Amino acid sequence: MEDIIVCEGLNKYYSGVHALKDLSLKIKKDSVVGLIGDNGAGKSTLIKILSGAHQPDSGHIYFEGNKVKFKSTKEAMNLGIETIYQYSALIPEMSIARNIFIGREQTQYNVGNFGLMKTKTMQDDAMKALTDVELHLRSPDTPVNQLSGGERQGVVIARAMYFKSKVLILDEPTNHLSVKETNKVLRFVEGLKSQGVTSIFITHNLSHVYPIADHLCVMARGEKIADLDKRDTTIDHLTDLLVNG
Amino acid sequence: MSKNFSLRSLLVRPEVATFLMFLAIMIGFYIANERFLDARNIRIVMGITPEYIIVAIGIAILMISGEFDLSVGSVFALVPMTIVQMVHQGIPPWFAIFLGLMIGIIVGFVNGFITLRFGIPSFIATLGMLYIARSLTTVATAGFPPPFPHILPNELFVYQFELFRASLYWALLVAVVLGVMLHRSNVGNWIYATGGDQNAASSMGIKTGNVKMFCFILCGFLAGFAGMIQTFRLEAPLPSQGYLLELESIAAAVIGGVSLFGGIGTVFGAVIGAILIRFLESGIIMARIDAEWFRAGLGSLIIIAVVFNTYISRRATRIGQNKAKD
Repeated sequence: MEDIIVCEGLNKYYSGVHALKDLSLKIKKDSVVGLIGDNGAGKSTLIKILSGAHQPDSGHIYFEGNKVKFKSTKEAMNLGIETIYQYSALIPEMSIARNIFIGREQTQYNVGNFGLMKTKTMQDDAMKALTDVELHLRSPDTPVNQLSGGERQGVVIARAMYFKSKVLILDEPTNHLSVKETNKVLRFVEGLKSQGVTSIFITHNLSHVYPIADHLCVMARGEKIADLDKRDTTIDHLTDLLVNG
Repeated sequence: MSKNFSLRSLLVRPEVATFLMFLAIMIGFYIANERFLDARNIRIVMGITPEYIIVAIGIAILMISGEFDLSVGSVFALVPMTIVQMVHQGIPPWFAIFLGLMIGIIVGFVNGFITLRFGIPSFIATLGMLYIARSLTTVATAGFPPPFPHILPNELFVYQFELFRASLYWALLVAVVLGVMLHRSNVGNWIYATGGDQNAASSMGIKTGNVKMFCFILCGFLAGFAGMIQTFRLEAPLPSQGYLLELESIAAAVIGGVSLFGGIGTVFGAVIGAILIRFLESGIIMARIDAEWFRAGLGSLIIIAVVFNTYISRRATRIGQNKAKD
């Protein structure tokens, strides 16, 4: 299978700290990649670079075979790389429909970049997007702060799906969720594969990502210490790598 | 079931609570003195209210984007004072009005620039501007309030119709245009997103700095525009005009359901909040209560409104969380 993202020799320093050391990584299309590592392992730095939020000090990124350089998250999003951050993916007080279309509103009577929102279309499309990820909520006008943690992740995933993301980067999507809600999120992510979406699942909880991952990448101290196909490894082996580096 | 839910979701909307408070105050004072709702009294109150409505809308939108502006009271005086002085210097009235309103825009820009560029709280940046703009107004007065130049087209803005002044229609125009912008346009969506969670908004590609800057400029412009209307109505430019208006307009916004933390509020709420304050003031006088009680009444109203809104939003969140546990 072809690789959708290839990283070559990425390095990143934060005021003298070498946060990412010569990292190379290949991500296969339509797979679920588990990116695991303890706190401070460099997972966040890597995803910030892949999502366009930060720029690497050296190294190259190839997306679908083309060399890319993201200056902003918007640029990465336009290519189809969508990142879901741990805490800040949705605006709690805003409705589901408005959240799904933040920054990408459907508008009419446009003057330049500004226009009136097609509220009805946005509501209908929001409901459809939710149904597509098997999330059945009552109304697209419900404020997000009335949803459970798992439902919120579902909304975010529905949003990424709606905008035809090719790669979905999920930063600790199961943190602080109950077992039942975690399973819901895992099902969402598993469903992405069949729809042609590659996901990168960042977590420090191996037991969450192991059941659904095709490939696992272990990081420690800013380096990649293992890059394994699930068939070639076991949960015990990975645990050992995580704990002992 | 679905009907019950929509009624409940209506009741948790903060501006609905404000509207109920508004009705209660109107009925209460009407019982105290029937003349409270006479055409004569309504004409008096609604003659001065539009200026406050316009400022409150600017403040409300800025607060929804997550920032404050304490300088509106000073800009409210500075802009008309500059217009009047420029006309006295021989500048054509319309050009003077244009330049004066530009000053409101510039003050808004400076407020935004200082806040965003140096990353300091807008509370502090605009507190500084409160003093600076007030001081400039006094300096521009040159020691003695100048006479009002009657070549200024003030009738266009404040002409007294049968019941209402032209200024009320200007205020309604501002409310409708900005209401549509805030609630129906994509810019409005960005403003709510920026105030609701700046990190989330910028991770979705919204230029939150630009959004806030727009709101600062809008707020400065509206404060100056409203101040101009007041001077046109009084036909006297006073350096003390708009004193304490910054707090009163924040009060109007908060009573109207705008959150101090950003991300929540409506234009309608701010309008009702501003009207409510003016009728409260009038009602206290009409009920032959010592006018000094106005501020006590206003203070109580602010506290009640915020306590009520906090209670309601906690309840709404709890409904959602309980539902999730089912």
